[in-house]
Amino acid sequence: MAETVLTNPGQSPAPLEGWRGIAADWASDQRAFKNVSWGKAMMWIFLLSDTFIFSCFLLSYMTARMSTTVPWPNPSEVFALNIAGNHMPLILIAIMTFVLISSSGTMAMAVNFGYRRDRVRTAILMLVTAAFGATFVGMQAFEWTKLIMEGVRPWGNPWGAPQFGASFFMITGFHGTHVTFGVIFLIAIARKVFRGDFDVERRGFFTSRRGNYEIVEITGLYWHFVDLVWVFIFAFFYLW
Amino acid sequence: MTNAAVHMEERLHAPAHGAVATEAVHAKGQQHPIKLYLVVWGWLFVLSTFSYLVDYFGLHGYLRWSLILLFMMLKAGLIVAVFMHMAWERLALTYAILLPPVVVLVFVSIMVLESEYTHFLRVLFFATPS
Repeated sequence: MAETVLTNPGQSPAPLEGWRGIAADWASDQRAFKNVSWGKAMMWIFLLSDTFIFSCFLLSYMTARMSTTVPWPNPSEVFALNIAGNHMPLILIAIMTFVLISSSGTMAMAVNFGYRRDRVRTAILMLVTAAFGATFVGMQAFEWTKLIMEGVRPWGNPWGAPQFGASFFMITGFHGTHVTFGVIFLIAIARKVFRGDFDVERRGFFTSRRGNYEIVEITGLYWHFVDLVWVFIFAFFYLW
Repeated sequence: MTNAAVHMEERLHAPAHGAVATEAVHAKGQQHPIKLYLVVWGWLFVLSTFSYLVDYFGLHGYLRWSLILLFMMLKAGLIVAVFMHMAWERLALTYAILLPPVVVLVFVSIMVLESEYTHFLRVLFFATPS
């Protein structure tokens, strides 16, 4: 074991698998996460903490909805739209879901091309992802405007339990903020990729460190997490 | 160059030397066939359509809730396992990240009890039940 911890993990003998592997990794010196760079490990730990934040929002929504004696507004009707004379329940949310899933797909492709060191394709796919994200935020702004015009406020609404507005604005607002930051993050990294920073190992402006294509995967982790949170919001807030 | 950078460089350039299959995957830095991503992407679309149809056909009661939860867990699993590459990470990371959210279920059960109690008091003292 002493040999394993002293040499670079990339050159160490085949690591143990299964429960023995977990015990060995966590008991070893210096680092518990073999094969994972500090950047990726820290993004995962950040996402774990973000999971708790969204869990708390969804839990408070659950508590409000379960404990109220006033009927909860029917999301299927609240978020319905009339398109070309057809009454479509929840259609806007369905489109937003598909937009976000499409963006997750293009992001996964970007990560793949990043590891193939295909600079142009990676940057284009990241920008497409950012465009999908911006579309999502735009549709959310439309949704908010529509609801506010109809009289939904954090303290009340025309259809039922007053906590509906507070839960809605808090949960979707926080998620929309995450999407917005994700779009900014994507554009910043796509610019670096396109400029060839990771091919010529240009030093970062803030960190003075040489970057590499793993940052595309780390950006992707954040982006997929945003999509993941939407899966839960879609199920619990819009469909339940 | 930092440790992490050295590590990455080796993963990108060195030929696969790992004895185990997962090592070989990591040697190339999470390289997987594009077809896999496209298949998962397709499934995410199908599952999202299914969950929308649950609402469209107006299913209700336990059938609705179990279908919503089923499609939700399948989608979340696909995203985490394939798109976020959790399926290929070492178990030390997988368990460190995926176990803590499961413990949130304890919090859920506490809040279910609490909100039922609150609801009971509200019905008892304030309002007509719904």
